[in-house]
Amino acid sequence: MVIFMMQSFTKENARNIFYGGTVFFLLLFLNLAFNTSVLLPKQERYENTKIKQQVAFGKVLWDNNNCIGCHSFLGDGAYFAPELGNIYQRYNNNIDGIKRFIRSRPDDGIILRRSMPQFNFTEGKLDALAEFLKYSSQVDTNKWPPTKEG
Amino acid sequence: MCLKYQTQSVAKPYFIASIILFAVQISFGLILGLQYVIGDFLFPELPFNIIRMAHTNTMIFGLLFGFMGAAYYIVPEEAETELLAPWLAWLIFGLFTITVIVTIASYLAIPYSQLVELTKDKLFPTMGREYMEQPTIVKLAISVLNLLFIINIWGTTLKGKKTGINSLIILGLFTSALLFLFSLYNPTNLVLNKFYWWWMAHFWFEAVWLLIISAMLAFVLIRITGINRDIVEKWLYIIATMIFVTGFISIGHHYYWIGAPKYWQWWGSAFSLMQPIPLFLIALFVFTMVRKRQIEHPNKAALLWVTGTAVIAFLGAGLWGLIHTLAPINYFTHGTQIEVAYTHIAIYGAYAMTIFMMISYAMPTLRNRKANNERAQVVEMWSFWLLTLSMVFATIFLTIAGVLQVYMQRYTDVPQPFMVVQERIAFFYWLREFVGVIFLIGFIVYVASFFVKQHRRLD
Repeated sequence: MVIFMMQSFTKENARNIFYGGTVFFLLLFLNLAFNTSVLLPKQERYENTKIKQQVAFGKVLWDNNNCIGCHSFLGDGAYFAPELGNIYQRYNNNIDGIKRFIRSRPDDGIILRRSMPQFNFTEGKLDALAEFLKYSSQVDTNKWPPTKEG
Repeated sequence: MCLKYQTQSVAKPYFIASIILFAVQISFGLILGLQYVIGDFLFPELPFNIIRMAHTNTMIFGLLFGFMGAAYYIVPEEAETELLAPWLAWLIFGLFTITVIVTIASYLAIPYSQLVELTKDKLFPTMGREYMEQPTIVKLAISVLNLLFIINIWGTTLKGKKTGINSLIILGLFTSALLFLFSLYNPTNLVLNKFYWWWMAHFWFEAVWLLIISAMLAFVLIRITGINRDIVEKWLYIIATMIFVTGFISIGHHYYWIGAPKYWQWWGSAFSLMQPIPLFLIALFVFTMVRKRQIEHPNKAALLWVTGTAVIAFLGAGLWGLIHTLAPINYFTHGTQIEVAYTHIAIYGAYAMTIFMMISYAMPTLRNRKANNERAQVVEMWSFWLLTLSMVFATIFLTIAGVLQVYMQRYTDVPQPFMVVQERIAFFYWLREFVGVIFLIGFIVYVASFFVKQHRRLD
């Protein structure tokens, strides 16, 4: 605390430390971020172009219905409904299980319990969404989540 | 007149808007808390995701109004000149208010997927991501209004005196506006999407907004303690240094499990470990300044908010962050109620409280008095304790819920499904809802404090 009372340590010194420190750590961060943004697209793997298109469409549906407003997804998002980053594994690597669940939500919910809305998706949309969720389950998450329950 | 510069008065509508949005935010929060325990409450008309959007968006808009009001109050007084264009400040206020009302109303009025279609999101898809749910057109409108706002305050400093407080608050607001542009970037690659999503979310809450509130604290401290500006600004620069030094690379703690390279676990953990340092310095700064104060300012309520925010920001944003940001711990806590607990106490302690502090200091002068009468101040201090203690208890209950969730869902030999765990920890959600109601009462007391008049003396 004494340092802030010292005459020899001026406001200009403090300001220079601020700008110097900011620039140094900003550059260090940008260097790491650049490295990551080069590496990430290389990790993308699709079985074929049809799947690639379905995954992209699934992402659009995911956004357009604000799924992140209830669910967490690779841990980010809301905490009201189950984690979906590993839903494919939780449904025993079965896309049909995922589709069946989404399709069968009751219109008026379940008395006193949390329920997912009925979105009335077409079969094509259900496929896309399920492929997107399957894709997300294949992201290399450093073994997260700890259990299949999410 | 108590205002040093007439044009500072444009801050008043911004502060009022911020308080109103806070009320809306609390109301939505109470609905969400009820939906946690009574799952079908308001279903299917207003499902959880809709209310949550309204809750988080009013939080962001409310803070932006608060920051803008603070800037309009601080910048002219620091620069020792009138605001560049007060009419522009009013115009921005009007347009921003309309934008916010329309946005929140549209969330509640129609299903989200219809809003997506109605606003032609297809042409430039940006919607449906946490905190960035606003239609693309709204994002563009906010960006333009941000730009006009920055021009207005920057221009003011150019024609007046340069001070450290002004430099840092403008740097913070400018960067904040710049980072909002990341909400317009929505890559298809899921991992890349999350990677850049955090540039807005993390740098806002854990870097540039901290810079803004530090400048606000410094401004108020100079006025209510009478301590020499040179000493205050020395502190401010060192605090700002530590905010950025620790704040940039600690973004790594959001990259542990989203598919980013593994080195972020080391970088993220190392810098997260240092993140409480700036918040500790803020607490030290505030208490040192208050202890060595040269004057006794009549506004005791503002003094309480200043010291309160220093403590709660350190405990909330600092320590509650540290308990779960290191990679080996975050492995278990990520995506659980621990994070819910943390965000509430961190945002309340670091942001809501500093805005209350700013309003507490500035509003009396905007209403033509140096400080409120003693009775009004006592009522305001009651609201401080009600709000702060109920939020502290909400954090404790959510943390217990989080620890139990981690244990039952992730740590035991027989992990249980998410919804089973949620039902078993419902008791703590009820407790949270109960203190949530006390928080609302605290807020009502706060608003009431603006209307409390001094008793007539009989002499």
